[in-house]
Amino acid sequence: MSTNSLAKVQQYLHKNIKARITALLLLPMTWLVVIYLGSLAALFITSIWTVDDFTNKVIRTFTLENFIEILSDRAYLNVTIRTLLIAASVTILCALIAIPMSFFMARVVSPKLRPVLIALAITPLWASYLVKIYAWRTMMSPESGFLTWLLSPFGIKSPGYGLVSVVLALTYLWLPYMIIPIYAGMERLPNSILDASSDLGAKPFKTFFKVVLPLTYPAIIAGSIFTFSLSMGDYIAVQIVGGTFQMLGNVVYQNFALDLPFSAAVALIPVIVMVLYLTLIRKSGALENL
Amino acid sequence: MRFVATTQQIKGRNKTLNKKRLLTSLLAIASSTVLIAGCSSSGTSEEAAPAEESAVYQGPVGDTPGTINILAWPGYAEDGSTDPAVDWVTPFEKESGCEVNVKTYGTSDEAVQLMQSGGYDVISASGDASLRLIYGGDLQPVNLDLIPNYADIFDNLKDRPWNTVDGLNYGVPHGRGANVLQYTIGKVDPAPDSWSLVWEANSPVAGKITAYDSAIYIADAAVYLMSTKPELGITDPYALDQTQFDAAMELLKQQKPLVGEYWADYTKYIEAVQSGSIVAGTSWQVIANVLNGEKETVGAVKPKEGATGWSDTWMISKNVEAVDCAYKWLNWIIKPEVNAQAAEWFGEAPANSKACALTANKDHCKLYHAEETDYWSNVYYWKTPTETCLDGRTDVKCVPYSEWVKAWSSFRSA
Amino acid sequence: MILSKNAKIVLTIFMILGMTFIYLPLFIVVLNSFNSSISFSFPPEGFTTSWWSKAAQNSGVKQAIITSVYTALGATAISLVLGTLAASAIARYKFFGRDTLSLLIVLPIALPGIVTGIALNNVFTNYFGGLTYFTIIIGHATFCIVVVFNNVAARYRRMGSSFEEASMDLGANRIMTFRLITFPLLRSALLAGGMLAFALSFDEIIVTTFTAGAGQNTLPIWIFQNLFRPNQAPVVNVVAAALILLSLIPIYLAQRIINAPNNN
Repeated sequence: MSTNSLAKVQQYLHKNIKARITALLLLPMTWLVVIYLGSLAALFITSIWTVDDFTNKVIRTFTLENFIEILSDRAYLNVTIRTLLIAASVTILCALIAIPMSFFMARVVSPKLRPVLIALAITPLWASYLVKIYAWRTMMSPESGFLTWLLSPFGIKSPGYGLVSVVLALTYLWLPYMIIPIYAGMERLPNSILDASSDLGAKPFKTFFKVVLPLTYPAIIAGSIFTFSLSMGDYIAVQIVGGTFQMLGNVVYQNFALDLPFSAAVALIPVIVMVLYLTLIRKSGALENL
Repeated sequence: MRFVATTQQIKGRNKTLNKKRLLTSLLAIASSTVLIAGCSSSGTSEEAAPAEESAVYQGPVGDTPGTINILAWPGYAEDGSTDPAVDWVTPFEKESGCEVNVKTYGTSDEAVQLMQSGGYDVISASGDASLRLIYGGDLQPVNLDLIPNYADIFDNLKDRPWNTVDGLNYGVPHGRGANVLQYTIGKVDPAPDSWSLVWEANSPVAGKITAYDSAIYIADAAVYLMSTKPELGITDPYALDQTQFDAAMELLKQQKPLVGEYWADYTKYIEAVQSGSIVAGTSWQVIANVLNGEKETVGAVKPKEGATGWSDTWMISKNVEAVDCAYKWLNWIIKPEVNAQAAEWFGEAPANSKACALTANKDHCKLYHAEETDYWSNVYYWKTPTETCLDGRTDVKCVPYSEWVKAWSSFRSA
Repeated sequence: MILSKNAKIVLTIFMILGMTFIYLPLFIVVLNSFNSSISFSFPPEGFTTSWWSKAAQNSGVKQAIITSVYTALGATAISLVLGTLAASAIARYKFFGRDTLSLLIVLPIALPGIVTGIALNNVFTNYFGGLTYFTIIIGHATFCIVVVFNNVAARYRRMGSSFEEASMDLGANRIMTFRLITFPLLRSALLAGGMLAFALSFDEIIVTTFTAGAGQNTLPIWIFQNLFRPNQAPVVNVVAAALILLSLIPIYLAQRIINAPNNN
């Protein structure tokens, strides 16, 4: 392109905000709408179709049987509630651990020490997800694991593979995702507000609960998006430390091969939950804190 | 050039901008959906039917090099990665000039899905997967004239209904075996001879039992019911009418509290037994063999009630680039020497009659009843249940496999 | 903020407990990479370095690491471009529909990975012929965009538009302004976003399971296949231990750069 026409394009873009915004958004939006939304649409359309009983190929006739199946079978209600409860527990546990840690790193230690501590806290993100769960498996092994060894002087064994292990393992896995936004949020708090609170006579605890927490609330919600969504869809941790019970992700995974429409219908559940959750928290400004 | 747009001007231009953007995005979503929905796809079929005679490769099998992706049961296509001394893939690669990539799967359902998603050229399919693949149009008939070693296959393994349709053969048999009851020596005394160890609520190893994580396991429940509830009248564990099916599901529900973990990944099973969290359950001989590798830790038996089993066939995908390599592999894997190696490593009866003389353990074929018929009379090979009862009954409808899968999914989720 | 001594002690103890929680499993992983018994019981039965030498010779893992690095680089590159473009528009201009768009961008990471995975798999296998290395990259890039977007958008908001306005008042055109003013200010955000995107892509298993074709092993897929294998599981531990140790330094350095004094 000659410099003349380049200059013309620049001038046009400069004067025309509409065009500028469109030009910037063109590529990312095309990608997200066509590739991402498009494939989601293609998937969820199959939920109103069905499969051939024998060959498992999709047959495109309209039917609501998948939804009827999900709604009428108590087992699926159970697994949905179980998954929601696990996701909620994991989120709460992660928050309980991450908030004091982030506060300590962001406001109590000297600025020199901060990069060291935060680097240490998020290093586990670089350790393989699978290996971390497997480490939990060996730790929670009822016969020969670390926890059993630790508790043996008290005569108790580790709870083995099941609900407790899954919640612990998932909390462990998603903790960095909670720490990062909360730490960033706390670091951004202007010193002036905290000093003002102290000046007005509030003890540290009170300042923490009345000033710090409300101000970092959006960041906490932002972290919860990760922990909630990751727990809602996880099917691997359950297979490794979960014993015999299942989560929604397992139902989707199991049926994906043989009954894509049914699997898509089940997959709608976590999607609806997350979309609802996102719309609810939009007001809180959490999306700017991710 | 001066930057002049003020906030007023920006806001003013917004109205047309926002509507346009929203409209374009909606249009994009709508059109892409319509496009996708409207496109004819290879993923659907109106009338699924097996292939026609003309689709058979005429040969001759040349020496064109190529790569084949093989889908196999663990232990069927060992390439040295499990145990460096156990390898019949690398010698094949050297002799044929073909490159081989092996992917193992844990259940027949996984096999069907992987095969249907494309990219695999050769598969070792059990009877509960083979017909689904044939009718799904995923395979091509196999020209047995191009596979010289086929002549030596045991007669009672040739032209079986799970791999031969309308007179067309779709593959060559690999071997057959039973799903065994495995138990950790020392934890179960005396050595068990009945499946009651894993089904009865008063089992001494409750909580440390394992079961196969696939809908086909419902047949194992049916096998047990054949002995404990003969009044149900089950003759074929894959031909269950609704009453019989419900009884099998009841038994499974009774078993669930006794189960520590369900297994589909054989290596996870091995790890669980080694760490002691699993002590008994349904298993494959290869798992017991690996566990007993250094020192004898487990025993494996076919209990008196009989067992489910499998008879596997090597099959070729419909769209294969290196079809010569595929045929070479089929010929290689049923060759007496290789069939003997594979059967011995896995722990199953070989398909090639000449393999029996070549196994390292001279009693191998006797051990696995390769040349008998009595042993197999209460081994019920995996096959796909259909609505038309597989035991020949015409007065009732049987539960088709898709319902098995639904019931299993619901059962596992509860 | 002035904290009482008690408060400081409580917080420090909590911090130590938290760090123990974080590092205990990792410590066990490193421990197991030297464990001579393959059943990983605790306490370990013997010490051996043979797994480390086996890992060094294992061609499968080397191939998997190379594949992972390439796909992660591809996904990071795409997401850096797309994420920055999106952030440039959304964080700086107000337009109706902006909130919906920012919601849309967050969606790939807010919806469970398995949903993205089966959706992409369905489209790729039925309408695009199959799964390739490129489909892996597409899957990864889709959620990596969010990560870059977040970092760059946050930086834009903190930056404000005054620098760019000043630059253009002084006569620079947009491209020059971007090159000389905006980009240097964005650099550390791009670094943070890029590193996080790389890490997410490198370790991703769920979406990858559905978008990788036959024989295309990224490191997580290789690990998944070998996680329980008696002769390979220790090698898996070695790989994980090596990754942990290797990543400590770049992460620390990155944090130094990212948290450099131009904040607040």
